[in-house]
Amino acid sequence: MHWIAAFYRSTVGKKVVMAATGILLFGFVVVHMLGNLQIYQGPEKLNHYAALLRSAPALVWGARIVLGFSVLVHILAAVQLTLRNWGSRPVKYQVRAYQEADYAARTMVWSGPIIAVFVGYHLLHLTLGTAHPDFDPEDVYRNVVIGFQAVPVALTYVVANLLLGFHLYHGLWSLFQTLGLNHPAYNTARRVFAAVFAAVIAAGNVSIPVAVLTGLVK
Amino acid sequence: MKLTLHIWRQKNRSDEGRFVTYELADVDDHMSLLEMLDLLNERLIGKGEEPVAFEHDCREGICGSCGLVINGIAHGKEKGTTVCQLHMRHFADGDVVYIEPFRARAFPVIKDLVVDRSAFDRIVQAGGFVSARTGSAPDGNAVPVAKPVADLAMDAAECIGCGACVAACPNGAAMLFLAAKISHLGLLPQGQPERSARARAMVSRMEYEGFGSCTNYRECEAVCPKRISVNFIARLNRDFMKASLFNETIPAGKAAGGA
Ligand code: FES
Repeated sequence: MHWIAAFYRSTVGKKVVMAATGILLFGFVVVHMLGNLQIYQGPEKLNHYAALLRSAPALVWGARIVLGFSVLVHILAAVQLTLRNWGSRPVKYQVRAYQEADYAARTMVWSGPIIAVFVGYHLLHLTLGTAHPDFDPEDVYRNVVIGFQAVPVALTYVVANLLLGFHLYHGLWSLFQTLGLNHPAYNTARRVFAAVFAAVIAAGNVSIPVAVLTGLVK
Repeated sequence: MKLTLHIWRQKNRSDEGRFVTYELADVDDHMSLLEMLDLLNERLIGKGEEPVAFEHDCREGICGSCGLVINGIAHGKEKGTTVCQLHMRHFADGDVVYIEPFRARAFPVIKDLVVDRSAFDRIVQAGGFVSARTGSAPDGNAVPVAKPVADLAMDAAECIGCGACVAACPNGAAMLFLAAKISHLGLLPQGQPERSARARAMVSRMEYEGFGSCTNYRECEAVCPKRISVNFIARLNRDFMKASLFNETIPAGKAAGGA
């Protein structure tokens, strides 16, 4: 295992690890959103899906372990690299005019931790239910509707998912670059891919609290 | 035209440094930014003051000696231009101009606007070369190189090592510089034998020198006077990954030739 430690020790290696774990987490976010969107098909459909997941604990726990590990490694590498980067310019510029670095790229280091905190809250709110006013483990649909009827809670979800969109927009483009996947033939497609998936995920997730707040889903 | 200049003055490495404001009249459109500084220095010397130290050599955009941050942009806002080729016609009468040195932990200020970029030399020493036997020059066509490959290698070889990429990078990373060197050599047949070792050694030296890491901001590409593409950074990542994960000829954990 020495080789992987040596690889991870380098900044390029850490970035590759972040890209790889980022892909796993992105995959989860896609599946998670698709699962959640079943709320639009009514309580039976969503609750049936939830029951289906509960009936396959090996699958669920396998996924949780892989994802949990990915989150930890993703965060660890991010923290290590960020500390290094923050230390690389002790005297700051008086004037700074960014040319290319967009909002998403410049806020990765903030959208990341905010999303992490939100995920913690989200687990307590809709998975464990301890942060939920009236939690019923058997009735996911009802948990979501009751949960989002509280305006501050719904807004928290909206904001967090918009940030997730920004985070994905930069991350999904960036990971190709980090993994060395670069070719004139598909470089434009990388941008499109990142923009489309970031927008679809943010829109899909944001739509649910909005639908509850506006009474579309009740 | 008349300009208000805020210029970073710093006596030596250990001095804290500060901005000093100068009003400079009679700046000509045809001057380069460095000639504008020459004019300022003549006037300072005339008044018995210490002139502003800045680095320069060729003044035609090919040596990479010059490098200043002008109003927050390395080499100023004209794309694909070094500061010695940045002309004052791009400024207007009454403009306020902030002139700062390239700032990075790895580029300590020596005096005023002059920074120590020898970290770049040490990165090149670590692996930015090809080992060739000395003797008479080889025949020009002895090693055939396909035209598209030669072109791409030349695009990378355009890097003049000015350090603007580091200066512009929010992370103070030197990845575009490394990418240019690694790609320029790694694309050509002469660079193949050391290709894996080179990627490992140069990255390792870069980290040792205290540069940051790449987060794909692409600020470097935007200010590069030679418009080196960030596509070369993907190539560097590829070479580094191959060398670290798939190359059986380099012992694990060792970066041949590097620090
Ligand atoms: S002085 Fe040589 S590149 Fe500017």
